[in-house]
Amino acid sequence: MLSNIGISLVVSVLILSFLIIYTASLDLKISRQVIKKNIYNLSLFQTTFIVLSFFTLIIGFINSDFSLINVYENSHTSKPLFYKIAGTWGNHEGSLLLWVNILVIFSYLFLVFNHTHDKKFRLYTLIFQNILILGFLFFLLLNSNPFNSIYPIPLEGLGLNPILQDPALAIHPPLLYVGFVGCSIYFSAAMASLLSDYGGKSFAQSIKTWVKISWCFQTLGIIVGSIWAYYELGWGGFWFWDPVENASLLPWFAITALMHSLIVLEKRNTLYYWVIILCLSTFTLSVTGTFLVRSGILNSVHTFASDPSRGIYILLFLSLMIFSALTIFFLKQKKETYNFNLKSRETFILANNWFMAFFLVTVLIGMLYPIFLDVLTNKKISVGPPFFNIVIIPLVIPFVILMAIGPKFGWIKSQIFFFSTIVLVTIGAIVINLLIIYLFGEYSLLSNLIFIAAIFLILYSLLDIKKFIKNKNKNELPRIISHLGFGLLVFFIGINHQFSLEEDFNLKVGEIKKINNYKINFEEIKIKESKNYKAIIGNFKLTNLEKNLVQYLNPEIRVYSNPETLTYEAAIKTKITSDFYLTMSNVSRSDYYNIKFQKKPFMIWIWISALMIALGGFVRLTLKKNED
Amino acid sequence: MKISISKIIIFSIVIFFLFVFWRGLKINNNYDTKSLIGNRISNFQLSKIDNSNQYISEEDLKKNTYTLINFFASWCSPCRTEHKYLLNLSNEKKQIKIIGINFKDKKNNALSFLKELGNPYDFVGEDSDGKISILFGIYGIPESILVDSDLTVIKKIVGPIDQIQYNKILKLTQ
Repeated sequence: MLSNIGISLVVSVLILSFLIIYTASLDLKISRQVIKKNIYNLSLFQTTFIVLSFFTLIIGFINSDFSLINVYENSHTSKPLFYKIAGTWGNHEGSLLLWVNILVIFSYLFLVFNHTHDKKFRLYTLIFQNILILGFLFFLLLNSNPFNSIYPIPLEGLGLNPILQDPALAIHPPLLYVGFVGCSIYFSAAMASLLSDYGGKSFAQSIKTWVKISWCFQTLGIIVGSIWAYYELGWGGFWFWDPVENASLLPWFAITALMHSLIVLEKRNTLYYWVIILCLSTFTLSVTGTFLVRSGILNSVHTFASDPSRGIYILLFLSLMIFSALTIFFLKQKKETYNFNLKSRETFILANNWFMAFFLVTVLIGMLYPIFLDVLTNKKISVGPPFFNIVIIPLVIPFVILMAIGPKFGWIKSQIFFFSTIVLVTIGAIVINLLIIYLFGEYSLLSNLIFIAAIFLILYSLLDIKKFIKNKNKNELPRIISHLGFGLLVFFIGINHQFSLEEDFNLKVGEIKKINNYKINFEEIKIKESKNYKAIIGNFKLTNLEKNLVQYLNPEIRVYSNPETLTYEAAIKTKITSDFYLTMSNVSRSDYYNIKFQKKPFMIWIWISALMIALGGFVRLTLKKNED
Repeated sequence: MKISISKIIIFSIVIFFLFVFWRGLKINNNYDTKSLIGNRISNFQLSKIDNSNQYISEEDLKKNTYTLINFFASWCSPCRTEHKYLLNLSNEKKQIKIIGINFKDKKNNALSFLKELGNPYDFVGEDSDGKISILFGIYGIPESILVDSDLTVIKKIVGPIDQIQYNKILKLTQ
């Protein structure tokens, strides 16, 4: 029943896509400046149908309708309602339907909200977007249909992978999808802009809101994923340079560069082709990331989709996208002359772009090198955190400093150079850095430089806030928040990295272990039955010998029944100044448990500062157009 | 479009990347057990699922011209779809004996699964903890292994048996 409804809805969306492309290309030939009413209607129908199809799938999950293979394979009657719903996008097929939903919704919204822009440009955008929609719809119907039915109907489902049963992870995919798939709209718009010769300032204005929206959601999505990894995977860190994390970073670098250079295009009407390249590459990188993760070429926690036939389809589509983008770009590209003064804001924004490009290439190489080596020479290697840390961290220092100084310059040419402020802030940063060394202990030269640079940016942003309180110029606020957030992020990551305490040891019930000022007492083990798992809970008493503070930590080993899986839940006590982190795992054939204890200073501040970066973007979205 | 060196370079780089991706899809064989073909299976003993204290071991399989070892479970949905091919096979090809190995399953569920869909197996062995299946190089079910009277593996099927695989089995055992 649901299977038929779902498939009919998806097929109608497919037909509507063809109709939209057809009527839009007819309308292109008519010289009237207004888009025909029926195109709006078709697009509205398309949006309604695709949203309905997604709701159909959600209903299937809520009612545990196991006649759908997708529900059967990813849900279970004993799941809490929240995770039943989250199960809809917690699998390959369902998430692909969500993907198409976002493509369609963005297509409609872009059509409606850009009515002041050129007709040809809007129609071409609509056509390209619908070509993308068609591509993914065919993929969905032919290869990954979430509405496939199964007969005889099984009585019980197989269950959702337990590590995906986490609130942070339930919202993580939709956020990322709005972020990554949202990029599709300015991919289409960039192609349309080239074909309709609708470039420059007005093009920038037509896409800037969409760039901001997807930037905000990408940033937030990546942060939520990282929080999930910290709390759920129990590895005791916030970033692992895991292939999937890297895949999400690639489009983020491109879109961050785009967001900045778009301002240049809008204010100075230059860098048009560079902006187009960034528009095209952001979505291309999103699809490349999807390809690498879903085809199973990269192995990672996102294992729900290693099926080479999917890989071939996405790869085919990706090639088509890249080649048509390149061809249209080269056909339409003209020489652009740049006339930038060194002491101008646009120069600094361009510097930001160079850094972003550098980070992007570094991550791309680290990610693809193992694949290339495997394919070309049959050798297997893995590129880990040391590579990324060595290459990226030193570059963060000038990057952060430019981030502080850049916004101080005006457009075109600045006469004044804020030499005295820079000297004062630098001295301030060095003094604070010395203070940290005095209070907590010393660290390497590189770390010194990073701390100084980060504090430099923080102090600069604080000065900006002081100025903002005086003149209430809202335009500057989002930038200040995001840049301050980034400075704080670098600072707290540095602190966290320098002053973490980590210890690995074996302990059995009743034993005591001493580490520096801390005493850990393994008091007992309890067993708890829960709705869909059984938990072995350890009770650890942690005493701070210096301050005589006592707290209890309760890590768990969970045995899920559907499907049968073991997960390790870390016990994490979050405080303003530091996190205590303890995981236990069983050592086979012994009474001992392997314990990993960590003290991570200012952990929560890493999340707060990262969230501040995203917050800046959201604040920008709420500002009215004339203030922007 | 004017053809210039830089455009050619860009296009070649893109083509090279896509080519590597495409090759990458093919070599992604972390778990591939195709190399199993040609090897001989040995050293196993299976106890019958209904607790009748019956065993089957490699000596028994040597009596058959061909044996298809099928790994299944009641909780596995693709196993349902391949089941009718197994039934056909047991009805039509008498020289193939089918051994079912019940993978990580509950005994009662497995028995009612067979009651519901029919029993194509000449012998159903139990492997509730999945250890015996690992010896056969199984990493997910359904999977099937076709061996001859020497116990040499002549075909391995990963995923459910469909019409194409079914025809291949018929061809191999003629």
